[in-house]
Amino acid sequence: MKRFLGFVKKEFLHIFRDYRTLFILFGIPAAQILIFGYAVSTEIKNAGVAILDLSHDEITLKLTDKIISSGFFKRTENLLDYNDIDRVFRKGKTKAVIIFEKGFGKKLVSEGNAALSIIADGSEPNTATLVTNYTLAIVNDFSTELAGPGNPNSIRIKPEVTMFYNPNLKSHFMFVPGVITLILILICALMTSVTIAREKEFGTMEVLLVSPLRPIQIIIGKVMPYFFLSFINVLLILGLSWLVFGLPVKGSLVLLLGESMLYILMSLTLGIFISTVSDTMQQAIFISLIGLMLPTILLSGFIFPIENMPEIYDYISMILPPRYFISIIKNIMIKGTGIMFIWKETLILILMTLFFIGISVRKFKIRLE
Amino acid sequence: MYKTIESSGISKSFGPTKALDEISFSVNESEVFGFIGPDGAGKTTLFRIITTLLLPDKGEIKVLGLDCKADYKKLRKNIGYMPGRFSLYQDLTVEENLNFYATVFGTTIEENYDLISDIYSHIEPFKKRLAGKLSGGMKQKLALSCALIHKPELLVLDEPTTGVDAVSRSEFWDMLAKLRQHKITILVSTPYMDEAMRCDRVALIQGGKILAIDTPQKIREGFSKKLFSARASEKYKLIKALKQFHNTLTAYPFGDSVHVTFMNDTIDDSLYDHLKTSGINDAYITETEAGIEDRFLELMNKPE
Repeated sequence: MKRFLGFVKKEFLHIFRDYRTLFILFGIPAAQILIFGYAVSTEIKNAGVAILDLSHDEITLKLTDKIISSGFFKRTENLLDYNDIDRVFRKGKTKAVIIFEKGFGKKLVSEGNAALSIIADGSEPNTATLVTNYTLAIVNDFSTELAGPGNPNSIRIKPEVTMFYNPNLKSHFMFVPGVITLILILICALMTSVTIAREKEFGTMEVLLVSPLRPIQIIIGKVMPYFFLSFINVLLILGLSWLVFGLPVKGSLVLLLGESMLYILMSLTLGIFISTVSDTMQQAIFISLIGLMLPTILLSGFIFPIENMPEIYDYISMILPPRYFISIIKNIMIKGTGIMFIWKETLILILMTLFFIGISVRKFKIRLE
Repeated sequence: MYKTIESSGISKSFGPTKALDEISFSVNESEVFGFIGPDGAGKTTLFRIITTLLLPDKGEIKVLGLDCKADYKKLRKNIGYMPGRFSLYQDLTVEENLNFYATVFGTTIEENYDLISDIYSHIEPFKKRLAGKLSGGMKQKLALSCALIHKPELLVLDEPTTGVDAVSRSEFWDMLAKLRQHKITILVSTPYMDEAMRCDRVALIQGGKILAIDTPQKIREGFSKKLFSARASEKYKLIKALKQFHNTLTAYPFGDSVHVTFMNDTIDDSLYDHLKTSGINDAYITETEAGIEDRFLELMNKPE
């Protein structure tokens, strides 16, 4: 045990001596959260909207005025028929088209409801959500006003929202789960694989091998410091996104932290696995970056929804641990669900961890070849 | 008599390259045994087999009475190993390095301080310095301290003096000599022939084969010809002229002189005449005692 603790102490010394490692550990996650967070702005001002008014009556004009004068929107064009919609979106200035059905005002007065359609440019998901939400709020406000204080539900405008280009619009808080997932797997896998490859490169592994340290002690000793540091990282990212962006954790925080620990452990064992197949630091870095970062960004559902991918990518992403963790963390943070809904993903991560531990201990060379 | 290492017929290949070819030797308890040979002779491979880091393709080897393959765990506790590149953590201080190796081997610096005090006292004033910032000689002393800290029965040093200045090299051998009193068997390799004289016994190794094993003295005495040392102001011209002489067997540069052997083991006037016609007037030739290097070159060039 003393041997093992001596080894862990040495690992901590390595980390704290190396400012670059520390910077990668804590600077990059913070920077990513801030960059992603601010790039995804939550306010709109003078967003372009086009109006397709098929009714042209008093009520539609009034509602259009209310929308345009709100300060959030700017009218780009008045359209004449449906064929213009695609054209106006392609110009790029218009973020949404608002369509009033034929006889909107008449229907509203006689039948008490009328249909209004909002078509938004889904290629900018964030703006699209904001534009539709703002419009909906104004429309609701308008219909309550119109009905008078006595019976607020007598008049109903039925808004119907359609997204162009990206029908399954994702929540814009997606980036926090995504960043946590990406950062953890990168740091854990990259750092552990590099630190083991470094021992090989500097020749110190030769002496470690000749020492009475057992492979499992070397492996756990390498992993332990990064486990602690990564956990602190999770707290840092969550704290930062809560402080700066007011992102709440809807579900159980304890569950979230527990799942994070599992994911960290999985990533660390993956890092060790990488180190058993690479002899130099460069190789380890290459495998970690190319083999983990790109698939995580592209295929795990971080940026592009898995449901929209061709089937083949869906299957490929099944072997990527980040896919499961993103699903877990989204469920806990955004939907607020409990373990009942994510036990499958959790189980998969546990199995992956065991698999990597097993294969690393087996593959860990007790000799030089 | 108890043998610290006993090996017979060890072979090891890396792909098509034969690194070791039927190596057999034995090392006695508490002797300083040297492997002398040029780079690529197979010294490092052999040492890695002895330290259980590699398995031989063929042959038997027992170290400290233990089998290198089956008993590697037990064996590793009793070996101190200093690889060719000083295996120090560059970003840890001198003291942290030593402490680390002590804990890993289940001991403390205090416990075995008497063993390393001679060596460690040289670098102790710098114990707060990072190992990466030490000079070559100091790194070597630290690496030796680290390899010794758990009081191993066998100390394996792979080219410990390569890349170290002449003074430090000499100091280092003095330290090894002192270690003998602690009953530690020392196995050391070096490409420097002059260091062979500081070993109890040496093995000359070349191309994966052992050319000779004996005490340094006996190896020198094994030189079969009379050896002459020739000097002249123009050394290069001298070698060239000597090689052209009909009676010359070998002529090698040796420091600032040239070591020559002749077929009839004598120097006569025809040699001086030959040198004069080659434009060398100040040649000075005397008989000299053969060194390890001379014997090595002789063995190396001996037709099979």
